[in-house]
Amino acid sequence: MGLRNWALRKSPWILHFNTGSCNGCDIELVATLTPRYDIERFGMYLRGSPRHADILLVTGPVTRQVRDRIVRIYNQMPFPKSVVAIGSCCMSGGVFSNCGKGPCYNVYAGLDQLIPVNAYIPGCPPKPEAIIDGVAKLLESMKATKRKEGTPDEPAQ
Amino acid sequence: MSSYERLFDIPIGPQHPALKEPVLLNLKVDGEHVVDVGVDISYNHRGMEKAAEYRTYVQNLYLIERVCGICNIAHTLSFGTAIEGLHGKPAPERAKVLRVLAEELERIQSHLLWLGIAAHEIGFDTLFMYVWLDREISLDIMEAFAGNRITSSYISIGGVKRDMTPEIAGKMLKGMDKLEGRMAYYRKAISEERTVLKRTQGVGLLGAADVASLSAVGPFARASGVAVDVRADDPYAAHELVPIKVVTGDGCDVFTRIMVRIDEVVESINAIRFCLGHLPSGPILQRLPRRVPAGDFLSRVEAPRGELTHFVRSDGSDKPYRYKIKTPTFSNIPSLAKMLKSTGRYVVNIADVPVILASIDPCFSCTARFERIG
Repeated sequence: MGLRNWALRKSPWILHFNTGSCNGCDIELVATLTPRYDIERFGMYLRGSPRHADILLVTGPVTRQVRDRIVRIYNQMPFPKSVVAIGSCCMSGGVFSNCGKGPCYNVYAGLDQLIPVNAYIPGCPPKPEAIIDGVAKLLESMKATKRKEGTPDEPAQ
Repeated sequence: MSSYERLFDIPIGPQHPALKEPVLLNLKVDGEHVVDVGVDISYNHRGMEKAAEYRTYVQNLYLIERVCGICNIAHTLSFGTAIEGLHGKPAPERAKVLRVLAEELERIQSHLLWLGIAAHEIGFDTLFMYVWLDREISLDIMEAFAGNRITSSYISIGGVKRDMTPEIAGKMLKGMDKLEGRMAYYRKAISEERTVLKRTQGVGLLGAADVASLSAVGPFARASGVAVDVRADDPYAAHELVPIKVVTGDGCDVFTRIMVRIDEVVESINAIRFCLGHLPSGPILQRLPRRVPAGDFLSRVEAPRGELTHFVRSDGSDKPYRYKIKTPTFSNIPSLAKMLKSTGRYVVNIADVPVILASIDPCFSCTARFERIG
């Protein structure tokens, strides 16, 4: 665990992207930033630009219209990066996963079909405590795992 | 006449710091002034209405709730009213009053949420944090009363799912007293705070004539002096019994919209007190058959953002033949496009775009009922 990993765990900047959510998860995510839950205790800070972000928080079933955007945002984030899928829709499609045959015609039902996901937070919507718990566990796992060799701009340890 | 050689296009969205939801605003700017705007709201389209046709009415209750997480009670209330209308059996009296109670509680949390977001959009994050701390009071009550903070699944077809107990009523009254004090404080603080006044007064002007001709709804229309409110115009649930004052303002700007919403929170607090004092006894749920008689029904509900319309067509089976939703944000999009255009002496700066967008209280997850092709 080097200095960079320590800095990353103590001050992860987060980016929020809504991929067609019903706003339930989004408002609970915003509630985690506000005084009752105060996610800034963990050094987390909501940023507007993917270029500044370390953790991408995604809510909502991924609609077809938004697919190119979420992939582009993921590619714009600098390494090392993590993705958290918040809510049942983002994990597996939730209520949109079963409409006749397969998911609704306009959703992908699961973010992990498009980009790699590091943590899943179940709930519809998950409570702010659950979101904090999920992100804290992600940070904990960063401590344990060594960085994969050969990731861009990251020399092998 | 433009002082610049050419107009520039500035796309805002679908991912942008000022936006909480994916929407694309294509601004055409002449220097610092916005002269034209194109709004693309298709990013949230999930195929909700089609999905409703594949499910039974009971399953749809959970789907319709997820049209919008913020106004889930308004959506389920509208759905429940429509199905009960097709059966021709309205909900029991006690359930009706409890529905109004839940709806007004949701209005409180939605308006407080909006007030925080509006403060955030003008860069006043202190107010945002204060308001969201007070919003937790209403969410705690919602959790005790309905079972969950946000997607509460409170309203059922034929009534409501949980009964009111004296402990929850006492907690609610205590919370309402606290919130009323806070709202008086916000009303005073916002009307005296120069930061807010400078950023909101005279911004996003839209006169009453325009609001009426563009069919705007909700607190946005009421802040321009157009008194449209389904609760008063076409009472549903127990709204014939609960006295409600339609709050209007005549400033037509963002500041008036803030004030109207603060006053509406106070009105909702009074309505909740009235409901708690006049709760009839009796059952809260009636059993209705799974199969719904054939026919059409259109139900209207005043959601926190304005008039919400649900239309259901039944063919006599246990699944709807067609389900159609028209949400308040959808009705307000033409007004938004009009407000964002500079005309004559009315100029819109790029910096004012986020707060003008926020002033209609947009909820695009409700709105995307169609998709643009090509």
